[in-house]
Amino acid sequence: MTDSKYFTTTKKGEIFELKAELNSDKKEKKKEAVKKVIASMTVGKDVSALFPDVVNCMQTDNLELKKLVYLYLMNYAKSQPDMAIMAVNTFVKDCEDANPLIRALAVRTMGCIRVDKITEYLCEPLRKCLKDEDPYVRKTAAVCVAKLHDINAQLVEDQGFLDTLKDLISDSNPMVVANAVAALSEIAESHPNSNLLDLNPQSINKLLTALNECTEWGQIFILDCLANYTPRDDRESQSICERVTPRLSHANSAVVLSAVKVLMKFMEMLPKDLDYYSTLLKKLAPPLVTLLSAEPELQYVALRNINLIVQKRPEILKHEMKVFFVKYNDPIYVKLEKLDIMIRLASQANIAQVLAELKEYATEVDVDFVRKAVRAIGRCAIKVEQSAERCVSTLLDLIQTKVNYVVQEAIVVIKDIFRKYPNKYESVIATLCENLDSLDEPEARAAMIWIVGEYAERIDNADELLESFLEGFHDESTQVQLQLLTAIVKLFLKKPTETQELVQQVLSLATQDSDNPDLRDRGYIYWRLLSTDPVAAKEVVLAEKPLISEETDLIEPTLLEELICHIGTLASVYHKPPSAFVEGSRGVMHKRLPARTGSGESTESPDVGAAGGSAPEAAPSIIPSQGDLLGDLLNLDMAPPTTSGPPPPSTGMQMGGMDLLGGGLDSLLGGDIGGSPAMGAGFGAAPAVMPASLNAPVGGGLGDLFDLGGVGMPMGAYIPPKIVWLPAMKAKGLEISGTFARRAGVIQMELILTNKAMSVMTDFAIQFNRNSFGLAPAGPLQVLTPLGPNQTIEVSLPLSTVGPVMKMDPLNNLQVAVKNNIDVFYFSCQYPISMLFVEDGKMERQVFLATWKDIPNDNESQFQIKDCHLNSDAASSKLQGSNIFTIAKRTVEGQDMLYMSIKLSNGIWVLAELRVQAGNPNYTISLKCRAPEVSQCVFQCYEAVLKN
Amino acid sequence: MIGGLFIYNHKGEVLISRVYRDDIGRNAVDAFRVNVIHARQQVRSPVTNIARTSFFHVKRSNIWLAVVTKQNVNAAMVFEFLYKMCDVMASYFGKISEENIKNNFVLIYELLDEILDFGYPQNSETGSLKTFITQQGIKGQHQTKEEQSQITSQVTGQIGWRREGIKYRRNELFLDVLESVNLLMSPQGQVLSAHVSGRVVMKSYLSGMPECKFGMNDKIIIDKAGKGGVTNEAGKSTSGKQSIAIDDCTFNQCVRLSKFDSERSISFIPPDGEYELMRYRTTKDIILPFRVIPLVREVGRTKLEVKVVIKSNFKPSLLAQKIEVRIPTPLNTSGVQVICMKGKAKYKASENAIVWKIKRMAGMKESQISAEIELLPTNDKKKWARPPISMNFEVPFAPSGLKVRYLKVFESKLNYSDHDVIKWVRYIGRSGIYETRC
Repeated sequence: MTDSKYFTTTKKGEIFELKAELNSDKKEKKKEAVKKVIASMTVGKDVSALFPDVVNCMQTDNLELKKLVYLYLMNYAKSQPDMAIMAVNTFVKDCEDANPLIRALAVRTMGCIRVDKITEYLCEPLRKCLKDEDPYVRKTAAVCVAKLHDINAQLVEDQGFLDTLKDLISDSNPMVVANAVAALSEIAESHPNSNLLDLNPQSINKLLTALNECTEWGQIFILDCLANYTPRDDRESQSICERVTPRLSHANSAVVLSAVKVLMKFMEMLPKDLDYYSTLLKKLAPPLVTLLSAEPELQYVALRNINLIVQKRPEILKHEMKVFFVKYNDPIYVKLEKLDIMIRLASQANIAQVLAELKEYATEVDVDFVRKAVRAIGRCAIKVEQSAERCVSTLLDLIQTKVNYVVQEAIVVIKDIFRKYPNKYESVIATLCENLDSLDEPEARAAMIWIVGEYAERIDNADELLESFLEGFHDESTQVQLQLLTAIVKLFLKKPTETQELVQQVLSLATQDSDNPDLRDRGYIYWRLLSTDPVAAKEVVLAEKPLISEETDLIEPTLLEELICHIGTLASVYHKPPSAFVEGSRGVMHKRLPARTGSGESTESPDVGAAGGSAPEAAPSIIPSQGDLLGDLLNLDMAPPTTSGPPPPSTGMQMGGMDLLGGGLDSLLGGDIGGSPAMGAGFGAAPAVMPASLNAPVGGGLGDLFDLGGVGMPMGAYIPPKIVWLPAMKAKGLEISGTFARRAGVIQMELILTNKAMSVMTDFAIQFNRNSFGLAPAGPLQVLTPLGPNQTIEVSLPLSTVGPVMKMDPLNNLQVAVKNNIDVFYFSCQYPISMLFVEDGKMERQVFLATWKDIPNDNESQFQIKDCHLNSDAASSKLQGSNIFTIAKRTVEGQDMLYMSIKLSNGIWVLAELRVQAGNPNYTISLKCRAPEVSQCVFQCYEAVLKN
Repeated sequence: MIGGLFIYNHKGEVLISRVYRDDIGRNAVDAFRVNVIHARQQVRSPVTNIARTSFFHVKRSNIWLAVVTKQNVNAAMVFEFLYKMCDVMASYFGKISEENIKNNFVLIYELLDEILDFGYPQNSETGSLKTFITQQGIKGQHQTKEEQSQITSQVTGQIGWRREGIKYRRNELFLDVLESVNLLMSPQGQVLSAHVSGRVVMKSYLSGMPECKFGMNDKIIIDKAGKGGVTNEAGKSTSGKQSIAIDDCTFNQCVRLSKFDSERSISFIPPDGEYELMRYRTTKDIILPFRVIPLVREVGRTKLEVKVVIKSNFKPSLLAQKIEVRIPTPLNTSGVQVICMKGKAKYKASENAIVWKIKRMAGMKESQISAEIELLPTNDKKKWARPPISMNFEVPFAPSGLKVRYLKVFESKLNYSDHDVIKWVRYIGRSGIYETRC
């Protein structure tokens, strides 16, 4: 018997014919007719007119026919709600049937009929089925609760089905448990704050037991649910991990990926020095590699996830480069993903192999793949310095092939290589210039123009080359126009005599004939600069460029953390949070990785443990890709924020221009731009002696106008209240109390001396022991008049930071000796490290990015600041008063992230990321510094400044 | 969760459409057709997002199977489900083709009702599905109460893959170790990557609920046993060469994973009939059965000279079969002349390749082919990409070196013992992607 004939009934009047057949007395004929109806329904014909006739066939003891009728009902009940009531009786009766398969079928189907009136009748049968003796019925009923909840959430709550569902988690049958977990997880998603799932160690234990026994699908439901749990401490976390690891050997890739998700999340809580931690890391690699021998679609899902895992924990797969080599027959989507991961895993150890592969790929057929391969060669050059030369020669070989898109892509990456290694590979410029005419893509043209402008002094006919572009100026894309403008200005500054005409031409094209505001603005800025002060113009336009970073298109840390919590799901495939593609309330909840807590500490104050310096987790190790951050900060950035490569070269220079206008001239000219990371780098664990840079504060007004970071006018620096350092009892009647302050760039020790003795005190002098930051009195203690009994005098002692250095514990400890005519007294006090924050501690954004990445993750520490009710802007301006400068602010899903820099008087830079969530009085702060010892003190300052 | 499942023919006509969630409308069916099946470009991803609706698809011959959802579903699960769905359909009615799907659409709807509930995959074991989803439909009515509860307890039970009360007169067991060896070699003979992906496939015809234990020469176990043995020396000498390092393995759901994790022993109650017990992967000490040595020389712009030598690298007493070497030729080939010492070689213009076939070849032998390829002059600037030379073969051993040490069967309730079971073991090594660049 074949059923395909049902698909071919297209005659007119067939509805009438069907109607007659449906009402036939013969069972066989009836069944045939229903099949025809279903076939019509499948291909999209409207057969709703037959509703009553089909429903009439429902009362049958033929199971196959029954199922067909149910199928019809599910499709059309909504459009015929009144008629659907006719079916209710049969459902209710079927729910009492002796055959469990029929009971289950009835309850399953009823849940799919989305008609309000029917749902009322559904409640009683459902209640019975949830407690049915047969597990098959119970597991079906469990899912039915979720269905009903989707139709009428209130009804489910009122009827108490949620409690029954919770009870099913303890059911003896694993499949019932799994379905109950799935249903509860889904319901919980639409009630983010309800404690529906109520995961606790006992229920987790039940789930882990069921995990060993249920079907592959059930295991996925349970693992996905487990991933939402946050263990109380590292011990619990480890024991769950131990029970989940066997799942890594499951034949079903989804089980494996869900297990990986649980492990990746719970690993966060394990101390890194634990043996188990490294065992677990080792266990993760083989199953991930095995996923690559699955079918191509699954490989794709696996590769997208591996991309995330490699960013979060590169150590897992660092030795597995070879498995990501592209196979000739891989589908293109697998090829592209593999290439991405290859670049991420490229290192000095494997670069030779990687390059050989990439060269091979660059000769393939698929245009996108070839482009990506060429780009990858450039990224290798930037990432692994030793390979740069070979990469460049490979790229030159590729340019020789003259394949248009290969040449263009190669030029774009060579530009980045020039940025990374200035004055090293300029010999290739001649070859590049030969290909000028074949460039038709804006990005390649812009890159070429940048190269010509940057090296104008070495290209004899640079003016001709640029002039040739100028002819079609208005037909070029904005990217090219901006680049051309900058390049010609550079050329002019380098060869002013021959190019005056050219520069005037481009300035007038940009400012007078263009409608593009970015272009006009940039044109005007150059014009004014050139006309007022050519020397300054030179310093701005030809300023040394900051380094470009090695890694590009990394996912920013907060998003990465969230995506790690979604391993295996669509979010991990799209690399987007669920809120970006899911409508309504589902999935809007943001997931985060748990913070590490020691098992010994109380759960109420997990941050205490971290603040105590017990190897805090270096969670966010990277900063959003430059393009994005800059795009947010300055709309002058000419590249769209989505470009994958490093931002176009002019950005840095353009920002130099902005800073100049913003009043940052001093620091710019002070050679700070290239020097700052190096200066920071020069400081190891023990701070060496370094001349204190007590520069005048950076000019305010104009700077703040241009400061897009949202920093308000600076407030006064925070000065802690005076406390008694030396009680009179210990010093023969002399009481000293005091504090430290920084006023106008000068550190001052402010002292109150009280004479509580009976005799007059004279001949005061003060001396400091060697200390961590070389603090020393800059002059004598100015107590000119003798201090009589019960007299008090306030003195302020200017301090310098050029004294001898010795590391103290705590770091900010200062031992002081005060002498008077009676005796010498010793005391020690602690100074707030904020008085060492210098006024020129505002780092260039580019430098900040590079430095942040440069500092190893181990140097990062995280702290929490509790009960702080400032919003991010207020916090930022308050901090600025104490020379903690906000460099950038980003808002990611309601969370403000402030990036800040601090420079200490001895030249140490401290970089900070402050996360402020609206409505949450607890801030999280991550500090990164080459000398991680200072982090604790810096954190205390933050706390002190923000709370006062 | 899964919002709906559609099956289309190659023209994009819907053959099956089953919607599980209210957020999926009829327009989703068309969206996929228009944006994916009828799209002009090649498919760039198996996951497509169209207007906030996500589509997952796999293709089986001319048939598209698509899953639709609006939620953040477990993507790996969706694909695993689609593959499983294909397996189930194939075991019910054979090849997945338009005709078969149309002929069995009622059955497919019935299956879809059972294996997906509200978009959650339920039971997808063909063994148990076949006990109650039959096209004789009426069966349900004639079952006794015991039979019915037996079905439901099997579907939901811990051992969903095997029913009770199976009886055979002869207890028999077939075990196949099937390996596919994959290689990517540089023209200079350097191994760029090589791995074996193997499968242990069993056919068991055993009575009752037997408990099985499977053992192989896994290095970790043998080393462990060696340590516990009489002397360490002796342990090493027996395990030394013969054990293999398995990078990773995955198991059929019948295997107790926690036991494997703790003791590395493979114990299970087998499904009845044929099933895949495990998959594994090795990368160390692989025996590469063949070595391909290519030599391509461009003589002027219109001629290529190709010489390929293959060497067999295994015991001379063994015979490799179904050997096929595929040498790609440029697109502008106008004529080919081939000379080979052994087997038959032919230029296949439609496949742009010279295909050289040898029926049998013993170990430690060598054979050679040389060809002259005439090219049409072209003004295409782009160079020929030189795809790799690929090879197919079958050898009667396991290239990974895997050996089955034992397979024990225990059935305490019925009176047959391990000795009474007739066991057959066979090793087959096949080429996976076995390529040499030239």
